[in-house]
Amino acid sequence: MNATIVKPTIEAVMNHNNSKQSAKAIVYKTSGLNLWYGENHALKEINLDIHENEVTAIIGPSGCGKSTYIKTLNRMIELVPSVKTSGTIEYRGRNIFNKSYSVEELRTRVGMVFQKPNPFPKSIYENVTYGPKIHGIKDKRILDQIVEESLKGAAIWDEVKDRLNENAFGLSGGQQQRLCIARCLAVEPDVILMDEPTSALDPISTLKVEELVQELKKDFSIIIVTHNMQQAARISDKTAFFLNGEVIEFTNTDKIFSTPLDKRTEDYITGRFG
Amino acid sequence: MMSVREKFDGDLIELQNKLLEIGRFTEEALTKSIIALETQNVELALEIMDDDTHADLMYEEINDFAILLIAKQAPVAIDLRRIIVAIKIATDIERIADFAVNIAKATIRIGNEPLVKPIVHIKEMHKITLEMLKLSLEAFSDEDVEKARNVALMDDEVDDLYGQIIRDLLQINMQNTEFTAQITQLSFVCRFLERAADHVTNISEHILYLVKGRQYDLNNH
Repeated sequence: MNATIVKPTIEAVMNHNNSKQSAKAIVYKTSGLNLWYGENHALKEINLDIHENEVTAIIGPSGCGKSTYIKTLNRMIELVPSVKTSGTIEYRGRNIFNKSYSVEELRTRVGMVFQKPNPFPKSIYENVTYGPKIHGIKDKRILDQIVEESLKGAAIWDEVKDRLNENAFGLSGGQQQRLCIARCLAVEPDVILMDEPTSALDPISTLKVEELVQELKKDFSIIIVTHNMQQAARISDKTAFFLNGEVIEFTNTDKIFSTPLDKRTEDYITGRFG
Repeated sequence: MMSVREKFDGDLIELQNKLLEIGRFTEEALTKSIIALETQNVELALEIMDDDTHADLMYEEINDFAILLIAKQAPVAIDLRRIIVAIKIATDIERIADFAVNIAKATIRIGNEPLVKPIVHIKEMHKITLEMLKLSLEAFSDEDVEKARNVALMDDEVDDLYGQIIRDLLQINMQNTEFTAQITQLSFVCRFLERAADHVTNISEHILYLVKGRQYDLNNH
């Protein structure tokens, strides 16, 4: 009742606008990255800066190295035998290839969502609390809160709140994928990697995940590999086009999909090859 | 690299051909309209008016086809510009075809009243406008930016002639008021040609946008 409306001062507005324009912090800085699977040179001299609170899309034909790249960002690629790398990837200023950098620490900060929804064969509730429990959280009240917040964050709360103890496999594919996103949010990551997260989903579920990505970027930085170019055009701020292990073009998504600089980019986004 | 969108490529060529077709039709209508005016041929004028439904149909067809292509093919970048530009150019050409009809109507209104003077300058204006239209269609078909710019430059000549003819007609009107009705109609004809040339300039702008991916203003250079 007594609330008064405080008009922002001109300076405040100006500062706000300036801060909007100022460059966003770099989350991942990739410099001169090369990667080999045995003799196969899969990534060649990759240089990419990924900024916070943005959606960065990685596009390119099959075998171009886009999945390899995203799996390098959380060092999942190390699971593949005979992988060699050179160059650096700095996450928040620290080279993730440093011996001293623990992979567990990295993966706590960098969540991942895969092509096929992969919930654990457990209840919806337990899927979300799995990570936090590993991190030592036991208090039921806190866990309840994490479950609600994560499921809300993944835009699936209203659909599952009355059946949290049911098995996650009873959910539809689209719901399972959003549950996996909730599971990822539960450990409060900084970055979310998405490897073709909607390629196994129906069109409506796809649009729901796309909407969700727009919401999530307010709090997280998102890197998404997608085969669906319209999806990249719809949801990303920047797009990197990979071809034969190289970054051909990396710029604002609006630019890539209207006036790309490289003929190969244009041929790919207009569907002339791939 | 082998194209994987042969059907779409074929459709884009078809869209371009449809546009060239309505363009050629409009060239012809504009040519006939000045012949009708000069020879005071009311029958030919009526024919031009009748034929205009053909231009309207072609225009609709281009629009429908373009909308379908967008809906079905989700085009981006140069493909999307090709389609959007086709819609825009079709709109300008259809408008020029309407001016040919307007000239035909002026011819009918003048009827067989002897012309106050030979329409030498109007014919000159018409000749340049028609040439502009022809060149702009070539520039579109070849995606020739230089040619498109040159077409826009020709518009200055049309504008100069327009000013000159209007001054002459006003002069005649002051000397002899009994021809006011005819002089008004001839002034309209000049205005129609001047506007038609502006629409051709728009076509040049669309061609630049198609090739370069950004807007140019050639009307106020």
